[in-house]
Amino acid sequence: METKERTEHPPQGSPPGREERLEHGDDLPPGHEAEHNYLNHEKGLMSWLTTIDHKRIAVMYAISLSVVFLVAGLLALAVRMELFTTGETIMGADMYNQTFSMHGIMMVFLFLVPATPAVLGNFVLPVQLGAKDVAFPRLNLATWYIYMIGAFLVIGALIVGEIDTGWTFYAPYSTSDAATTADGGAVMFMTMAIFVAGFANIFTGLNFIVTIHKMRAPGLTWNRLPLFVWGMYATSLVQVLATPVLGITVVLLFVEQLFSIGIFDPTLGGDPILFQHFFWFYSHPAVYIMILPGFGIMSELIGTFSRQRVFGYRAIALSSVAIALLGFLVWGHHMFVSGQSAVASIIFSLITYLIGIPSGIKIFNWVATMYRGSIWLQTPMLYAMSFLFLFTIGGLTGIMVGVLSVDVHLHDTYFVVAHFHYVMMGGMMIALLGGMHYWWPKMTGKMYHELTGKIGAALIFVGFNVTFFTQFILGSQGMPRRYYDYPVGYETLHQISTVGSWVLALGLFSILGNAIWSLWKGPKAPANPWAAATLEWTNTTSPPDPHNFHHTPLVTRGPYDYHLADEVFGEGGDGYSGDGAGDGSARVPEPPEPEPAAARS
Amino acid sequence: MNDGTIWLPEQASTLAPEIDALFYFVYWTSIVLFVGVVGAMLYFAYKYRRQHPGERPAPVKENKLLEISWIVIPTILVLIVFTWGFQSFVKMGTAPPNSYEITVTGEQWNWSFTYPNGTSITNELHVPVGRPVRLKMSSSDVIHSFFVPVFRTKQDVLPDRYTYLWFEATETGTFKAFCTEYCGTQHSAMDAKVVVHEQGDFQQWVKTGGGVADMPPAEYGKVLYERQGCNACHSLDGSDGTGPTWQGLYGTKNHPLSGGETVTVDANYLRESILQPGAKIAAGYGNVMPSNYNSLSERQVTSLIAFMKQQSDKTLDSGGAPLEGSAGAAQ
Repeated sequence: METKERTEHPPQGSPPGREERLEHGDDLPPGHEAEHNYLNHEKGLMSWLTTIDHKRIAVMYAISLSVVFLVAGLLALAVRMELFTTGETIMGADMYNQTFSMHGIMMVFLFLVPATPAVLGNFVLPVQLGAKDVAFPRLNLATWYIYMIGAFLVIGALIVGEIDTGWTFYAPYSTSDAATTADGGAVMFMTMAIFVAGFANIFTGLNFIVTIHKMRAPGLTWNRLPLFVWGMYATSLVQVLATPVLGITVVLLFVEQLFSIGIFDPTLGGDPILFQHFFWFYSHPAVYIMILPGFGIMSELIGTFSRQRVFGYRAIALSSVAIALLGFLVWGHHMFVSGQSAVASIIFSLITYLIGIPSGIKIFNWVATMYRGSIWLQTPMLYAMSFLFLFTIGGLTGIMVGVLSVDVHLHDTYFVVAHFHYVMMGGMMIALLGGMHYWWPKMTGKMYHELTGKIGAALIFVGFNVTFFTQFILGSQGMPRRYYDYPVGYETLHQISTVGSWVLALGLFSILGNAIWSLWKGPKAPANPWAAATLEWTNTTSPPDPHNFHHTPLVTRGPYDYHLADEVFGEGGDGYSGDGAGDGSARVPEPPEPEPAAARS
Repeated sequence: MNDGTIWLPEQASTLAPEIDALFYFVYWTSIVLFVGVVGAMLYFAYKYRRQHPGERPAPVKENKLLEISWIVIPTILVLIVFTWGFQSFVKMGTAPPNSYEITVTGEQWNWSFTYPNGTSITNELHVPVGRPVRLKMSSSDVIHSFFVPVFRTKQDVLPDRYTYLWFEATETGTFKAFCTEYCGTQHSAMDAKVVVHEQGDFQQWVKTGGGVADMPPAEYGKVLYERQGCNACHSLDGSDGTGPTWQGLYGTKNHPLSGGETVTVDANYLRESILQPGAKIAAGYGNVMPSNYNSLSERQVTSLIAFMKQQSDKTLDSGGAPLEGSAGAAQ
């Protein structure tokens, strides 16, 4: 294939400092010292707890969020285990209801919503912009403390309050003392705790918006922003605009409870459907807070591992913003059978379809990016392809539940459970895992074990589909969600689903093992192991220097212009990244291990 | 009769074929799109796999026509689906004017159905085949949702207003209805039997108050034991439940109460316990029995007590008297 052959250019002179670097055998940008990086330049617990370095804050978030994910994931396994047989398997009905509530609340509010912005956004976004930090570093640290306070309050309320309302808190079930194992007070406390955690999101979003507007390196125009930055920009808009509605809801709950003014509770003259409007007015945009960063990660992965300009750059960038804005106008599609007016349902259904289009555009563009690329099937790319598979199913079943009359049948069944797990876990979580593998060498300075990574990706893919595809069938056959017990006819599918959850868990634990192995004895990562062309790879060490860059980079091309990326391929360029060796390809790393032939098919 | 497929249960209402057709239209369109996307992805991943680490492929030019086509074609597809869904949704929301109206009340965790002549029954909805039925529904506590999969219809049941749902059954038989809005501990047990009768049988069923007009008390009590949901908490075989078993309960002397005193289980004690469940509570059990049983008629209370007495006289033989109400229900 002639398009893949690279043209040879003679090395263009010897930039300052290169000779010395070559002597040391290091491959570092000028002025960077080999053993001085953000992880080791200060030591001790206090240096972490008081840091204002965006990279260290990202690491602290990564640890906290991993713990939350582990706990919430184990709860999910308990839920699946209970459903293995009809009747009581391992716990009683009240315990089951509390378990799925804890799983949902922790996953949604403490993990999915903050995860990608807090970890990858914090770590990668400023570096991709060529900035030394975010616009407000102290505010950034404050968000971690706010998040931790919120998380402890939420988990405390879950345990002490025995909350069994599901993550949706529908009134009047959630506000009545008699109906639930919890009481109205515990639920009020819980919503307040979620709002506290939500403040961390508002501040993070605000920080990112200002950073993207004001701190781009010279030459980094809006049209040259990496698509991850565009994804984070759209996410931040939603975070800043939607989260306050959660606060309004909390205030209304308090007013109702303290002054007995009927707002949501029908016994006081309130309207329970109003609560659902408030809840989904926040929680539907929150779905986009969860998935938009995943879209951003996907563009980076597909571009880097196809070594091809991301097809339809502007369409992908602007469709994220379109989704962010339209996302505020579709909340009523959760309420087609709630008793809201039929006219409202019809309008919400129409807008829901309009928001499906930009998501579809992205999928087509990503696949088109692979066309005539040079596709390197490393672990992050396997996750990206996994995402395309799973998110396409998630999106298409979203069209299914958006059909007004079909949704009447499918609403509140396992079909919906499967749909949002395909979008949230098959979409967002898979993208996050791909992103974590992709940026892991940059964050830690160590490579992970490639084969283990690939096996993990395969286990997760298989386990996920076995767990959740069966739930589509359960749901369309009529199995309602949030059921402790079920008619015996559904038992086989439930058992397949539960077995799938074990495979999924095995895959996730293999990633944990790989991470520990990598930190302990993983090989040292080069500055740019993937031959990527964005600033965090081309212009920083792995792991980066505390200040990221010694000199503010000058950007002269788009983020995926590999045909112009001489600094990646070692032909002059910015004067420090190429090594000028005879074959001219030393910057492009060999795969860490021989490619297994099977991974290519 | 449509027996159902791997994806959908059998069809038993006039709406079901239309909903299913739309389901399968979206389903097959989705499969075509999915195979296209994933097929292209796998083909590219193989065809353009990296064979040398230094490969630098030439950039692919943007193609406006391609980009516009994958905006326009999906938009047309979803507008077709929207319009189709909209039409059937309007149909689902508009009950024919000659509909037979049944009042439905949801409460934690029972459904009760009241017919125009006052006949009322718990956890069993009896309807005629071939005639539109409109359910006028409300809740006495939290939000519930009434869902009959074979009818493809569902509607939330709210505590502060009436909501409506209609269907016209096309098959006789016994089907299942679920509560699909999470409502607490026994949410998953809040189901009901939907019995579709031939029109003549249904008229007879309603006229005889659910086929029980001429039943002897103990037999009627057995029917009530199931219809009123007593069986959810009180067993007949001695096994423990939320409430005491009825096996051998009647006639027990020195039956311990939670206050420490004892009582003899006779007809008057049982009558009080049905109508005012909180007055005397058996030791070891909570005060959890719903108080709505005080709306039972005199005949119903008497029949229930007669049935309980029978549980002490003999072990319930599994055959029992066939329920007249379910005649024609067997499929």
